[in-house]
Amino acid sequence: MSSDLLIENQHGERMRLSMGPQHPATHGVLRLLIDSDGEVVSRAVPDQGYLHRAIEKIGECVEWAQFVPYTDRIDYVCAMNANLAYCVAVEALLNSDPATAVRVPRRAECLRVIVAELNRISSHLIAVGAMAMDLGAYTPFLHGLAQREAVNDIFEKLCGQRLTYNYVTIGGVAFDLYPGAEQEIASFLDRFEEEFRRFNQLITNNRIFRERCAGVAPVSAEEAIAWGLVGPNLRASGVDWDIRRDEPYGIYGELGVRVPVGRGYAGARGRVGDCYDRYVVRLLEIEESVRLIREALRLLPPKADKPSDPLGGHQADVGKQLRKPPRGEVRVRTEAPRGEMGYVIVSDGGKQPYRVRCRTGSFSAVGIFEHLMRGIFLADIVTIIGSFDIVVPEIDR
Amino acid sequence: MKAAEDSIVTTAVDEFLAWGKEHSLFYLLFATACCGIELMQTGGPRYDVDRLGMIPRATPRQSDLMIVAGTITHKMASRVRTLWEQMTEPRWVVSMGSCANSGGPFSKWSYSVLNGVDKYIPVDVYIPGCPPRPEALIDGVMALRERVRRYRTLGIRDRDPYVVAGHEAPFGSHPGKEREATR
Ligand code: SF4
Repeated sequence: MSSDLLIENQHGERMRLSMGPQHPATHGVLRLLIDSDGEVVSRAVPDQGYLHRAIEKIGECVEWAQFVPYTDRIDYVCAMNANLAYCVAVEALLNSDPATAVRVPRRAECLRVIVAELNRISSHLIAVGAMAMDLGAYTPFLHGLAQREAVNDIFEKLCGQRLTYNYVTIGGVAFDLYPGAEQEIASFLDRFEEEFRRFNQLITNNRIFRERCAGVAPVSAEEAIAWGLVGPNLRASGVDWDIRRDEPYGIYGELGVRVPVGRGYAGARGRVGDCYDRYVVRLLEIEESVRLIREALRLLPPKADKPSDPLGGHQADVGKQLRKPPRGEVRVRTEAPRGEMGYVIVSDGGKQPYRVRCRTGSFSAVGIFEHLMRGIFLADIVTIIGSFDIVVPEIDR
Repeated sequence: MKAAEDSIVTTAVDEFLAWGKEHSLFYLLFATACCGIELMQTGGPRYDVDRLGMIPRATPRQSDLMIVAGTITHKMASRVRTLWEQMTEPRWVVSMGSCANSGGPFSKWSYSVLNGVDKYIPVDVYIPGCPPRPEALIDGVMALRERVRRYRTLGIRDRDPYVVAGHEAPFGSHPGKEREATR
C-alpha cells in the first residue's frame, strides 16, 4: 500500500503521517496515509478494510429472514433504514412472481416511515454533532446525544433495543406500536423542534464554525455525479435527487418529500457544495423528517386485531414464500441517511440468498477523499471527514 | 485508610495509589464498530461517566483503561496490540460486547473477524451484549474498579503479570491465556 506513495524528498520537508486507524476524528477505523509538506497536504490516501466483517458473505450462509440482524450491523447509526433497505429488496424479489407476492399492510408501511425518519433524525444528529466536535465544539455534540437518547427511548419501548433494532421485517414490522406511542412520538417532535432551534443558535450560526467550513473542499455538481456521491453529499452540491421522491418505495410517494439542496449557505466565502453546505443540508433534512413523521402519524390507519390485516395489521404472512422464493435478481435502492443504500439480491429459489450485495453511501464518499485532499491544510482533513459523515462498516461491510 | 482527628489521614502508599487510580480511570477513545456508539452515549449527557472520574483520552499514552468496543478483525488485531503496548502500566482492558468477547454474531461464518480480543491482549472484564447497554458498561467498569482497588503498585501484586508475547502474535496463540481467569 505505502510503497506507491513514496515521493521524492526534494525539499527535505516532506512528512508522512498515518492518521488512524485509531483516531477520534476518523469516525471509527478509517486510516489515512497523509503526505504533507508542513501544514499543506500534498496527498492523502484512505486505507480501508479494518472493519471488514464479511457481512455479504454471511448473507449467503443464513436464511432470508436471518440476514435482517446483520443489516443492522452494516449501518448501526441508522439501523432502521438499513433493515428497511434489505426488506424492501426481498419484497421486490417476492413480488417478481405473482405466486409469491406479498402485500405489506398499510399500517406497517406507515410505521416503517415513522421509524425510518426517526432514525434519520438521530443519525443526522450524530453526524452534525460529531462534525462540530471534530472542529472543537463539544457542547453541540452533547445536545445532539441528549436528543438521540429520546429517540432511543422510543425505539427501546418499540422493539427492546437501543441500537441494533431488527425491527423492520420482510413483510412488515416486528411489533405494533405500544400503547401511547403516538402521543409520545408527537410530543417528542414538539420538544425536539424547540431543542433543534437551540442547537442551531449554538453552532450553525456560530461564526468560528462557519468560517472553518466555508469554502472548504467544494464539490461541484458534475464532480459529485462523476464520483458517484449519493444522499446529502450529492444534494449539498446542488443536485436535486432523492430516492424517496424520485423512485418512491413504500408510502413515500404520497408524502410529497421536499428535497433540500446546497446553495452556498455560508455566505460570502461559501461555495456550493462546500463542507458547510453538507452540514446545512443535513439540518434541513432533519426538519423535513419531522414533517414526514407527523404526516405518517396522520395517515396511520387504526390497529386491526389480526396482524396480517392488509390495512391495520403490521406483518404480512411470508413464511411460506420465503421457503420457496422465485428465482431471479433484483436491484433496489432506498434513501438512507448516508445516501442511497442499494441491494442486489440473487436468488436461486432456495431458502438462502444466493448472493447479497450491498452498496452504501459512505463507500462512494470515501472514494472522493483522495481527490479532495490535495493542497488543503492538515486541519481541514478533519472537517472534510466530518462533513461527509462516513460510517466505517458501511465502507468495509 | 484511617482518619485521625483534625483531618489527618494515615494510609499506606500502596493503598493511596490504588485509591487514586480507581477514581481516575482515563479511558482510551477507541471504538471500532456498533458498540462504539453505545460507548459514546455512555460518555454522553444521560449516563455521564465523567462523574466516575472517567475521561476519554485520544492517545493511549495518557490512558489507563482500554475499552475495546466493537468488532476486531484480523487486520485490526495487531493495531490493537500496538495500542495496548503504548499504554502505560498499570493498564486495564474491558472487552465490551459480544464481538470483542468472542466474535459475536460473526464468529461462525465470517472469515475475517477475530474470535475474541483476548487472543491478542489480556482482558480484565468482559461485558456481554450486542451492544451492551450503557448501564451494563458502567456495571463492568464498577467491577473493574474493584480490581483496581486491590491492585498493589509496590507490594505483591494480586494479579499475574502480563504475558507479553511477540508484537505480531500469530493467529491462534493466546498471550492472555496464562492470566488468571477474569471475573
Ligand atoms: S457486539 Fe454487536 S453491537 Fe457490538 S460491535 Fe459486535 S455486532 Fe456490533
